Amino acid sequence: MPKNIKSITNPKLQLNILTPQEVEKIHSSTLWIIEKVGVRFPSKRALKIWADHGAKIDAEKMVVRAKPELIEKALKSCPPVYPLAARDPAQDLPLDGNHVFVGTDGCGVEVLDIQSGTRRTSCLQDVRDIARIADATEEIGFHWVPVSAQDRPPETRSLHEIQAIWENSTKHVQTESIYTEREARAAVEMAALLVGGKDKLRARPILSLMQCSASPLGHDGGSLDAALVAAEYGLPTGFMTMAANLTTGPATLAGNLAVGNAEVIAGAALIQLAFPGAPVFYAAAQTASDLRTGAYTGGGPEDFLYGAATNVLSDFYHIPLSMGSFATGAKEPNWQAGIENTLSTFMACISMSDMLLGVGLLHGSRIWSFSEMMMDCEIFSTIHKTLQGIVVDDETLALDTIAAVGSGGNFLTQKHTLKHMRDIFLPQFMDRRPYTEWETKKDDARDWALAKARKTLETHQPDPLDEGVRAEMARIIASLEKK
Amino acid sequence: MTEELFQKMAQSILDGDADVAVGLANQAVQAGVDPLDAITKGFVLGVNQVGENFAKGEAFLPELVMAGEAMKAAVAALEPEMQRRGTSRQVFGKVVLATVEGDIHEIGKSLVGTMLGASGFQVYDLGVDVPAAKIIAKVKEVDADLVGLSALLTTTMVKQKEVIDELDKLGLRKKVKVMVGGAPVTRDWVEKIEADGYSEDAIGAVGLAKKLVGVA
Repeated sequence: MPKNIKSITNPKLQLNILTPQEVEKIHSSTLWIIEKVGVRFPSKRALKIWADHGAKIDAEKMVVRAKPELIEKALKSCPPVYPLAARDPAQDLPLDGNHVFVGTDGCGVEVLDIQSGTRRTSCLQDVRDIARIADATEEIGFHWVPVSAQDRPPETRSLHEIQAIWENSTKHVQTESIYTEREARAAVEMAALLVGGKDKLRARPILSLMQCSASPLGHDGGSLDAALVAAEYGLPTGFMTMAANLTTGPATLAGNLAVGNAEVIAGAALIQLAFPGAPVFYAAAQTASDLRTGAYTGGGPEDFLYGAATNVLSDFYHIPLSMGSFATGAKEPNWQAGIENTLSTFMACISMSDMLLGVGLLHGSRIWSFSEMMMDCEIFSTIHKTLQGIVVDDETLALDTIAAVGSGGNFLTQKHTLKHMRDIFLPQFMDRRPYTEWETKKDDARDWALAKARKTLETHQPDPLDEGVRAEMARIIASLEKK
Repeated sequence: MTEELFQKMAQSILDGDADVAVGLANQAVQAGVDPLDAITKGFVLGVNQVGENFAKGEAFLPELVMAGEAMKAAVAALEPEMQRRGTSRQVFGKVVLATVEGDIHEIGKSLVGTMLGASGFQVYDLGVDVPAAKIIAKVKEVDADLVGLSALLTTTMVKQKEVIDELDKLGLRKKVKVMVGGAPVTRDWVEKIEADGYSEDAIGAVGLAKKLVGVA
């Protein structure tokens, strides 16, 4: 187990969500979409790579149509297992299909201030604070850029954000906010400082890049170029589909999975054609649009089903998955947030999605809440415990102890009890107090979670970044800023 | 007879059937029906009915959008006849819509365009990744009342401000109202860039547009 990081491994519970025949059907439909309908790749570099490998290009629309054989052959070079390296090597995360790690969600635009509770525009200090708390929190295995550093210039914002995280945490950073080639090249330079050179990144990918697709059936040009830079240096990269029923995808779940799958695997295939063997991951946060407003919902039965089904697809391609879970549509930490984040995360965990994104955001990943962050962590811990299932053996059946107590009496004084009592889950934020105690205080999980976040921020001292590395990162960023 | 035609027109919008709507529009032109009557006594009643059903929670967004598309097709089919007669449909205002430079996210902006078009606005949709200069040029060309600017990224959102500043420089800011939208757009942002308003969804955008041109 990576140092101070909780992950789900060897779960006892299982779920059958798609049969092998159904997966085959989604796969063959996906290949049909890529060949007949095509996927848009609005990047000169990407289009040239496709053309060099014999794909059909509609130059005007920048749409690529590729034969199934080309896609399938390209995907064969995806490495099935690789690590996400951390600044502290003891915190490297193995993406081996038998671990589920949780990250912070991203990329929010507002924050419920940790002291005042007031909602305000997010800034760089928030990125620092969240990273510092995440560094000390065992449920969090890696970082996304949690909120946008809107007090930094747009052209280098993404770089300030990753530096802020590295300064405050030793865990892996996966950024979702780099979508230009220029920023990707700078990020590679910055990451290289942490591992002793660009040639070391392949063995120790201390940074990974997630790119959003442009559903339906398209990609963003800057994102493609950024991903190609990452792949060139062996940094893991993945394309995330957010194709949503009704708006950016068909109303039916299977069709929407096929649309998303076409975007993601066409993206992965491009990376493999350019740099065979480069680490790629599958990424998805599919949902249903709201029937009335068309808005992103961030929860509901459709999300939960996508949460479990997507890992079956990514397993089919032998690619690790970065899966959207949590990310409730609720406006504040409440009943809706509890339901949505628990079920989406449960479904993604039971199918062993490798990376889950992520804790802390409300209102469809727009507003950061420190309370929600800590409560989401507890949701993960609860699921972590649940998935261990029920162990049945002589020790757990405890027949000697049952005989010793007999009928009547109690088990509190038994040695067996003392030995196993810590197997029982102890929540941090569930209210199990006597009613009268609650009645006098009227506080609840939200208060305790916020208190924990505040205390962590006050007391936790992350392993500092080398002063020389910091200065060099700052120099790289400054060189890109408009004067 | 004409009464029956008007009813069918309204129904074609309710059904969201653009093909039928266009057929009925052509039929009306051939029968010598005033195209403005076809719109106000026929098609618009369908749009209103869908709107009412939506407000009651009985219709959903896809029905609203399909009605909007059918309406757009019907009006387009009537356009040549209106020109021939030298008449034109009364519109609430002229709107230039765009997703700002550097941003390729289309769907929200297009939804707003469809809803505005169906609600009586003349819409000029410039598409995605549109530089400020191109937006300004269109505003001047069509003498627009409203500009709608969409952005999905915090890094492209700044371009909304660029367009507003540019309108200001040209002295057009008083005349042209600016509404903004997109997932990262917040009230604070709207105040900061001094836009005239924002909406979180397409339905709200129609209400906002009407308010900004003073018809609601």
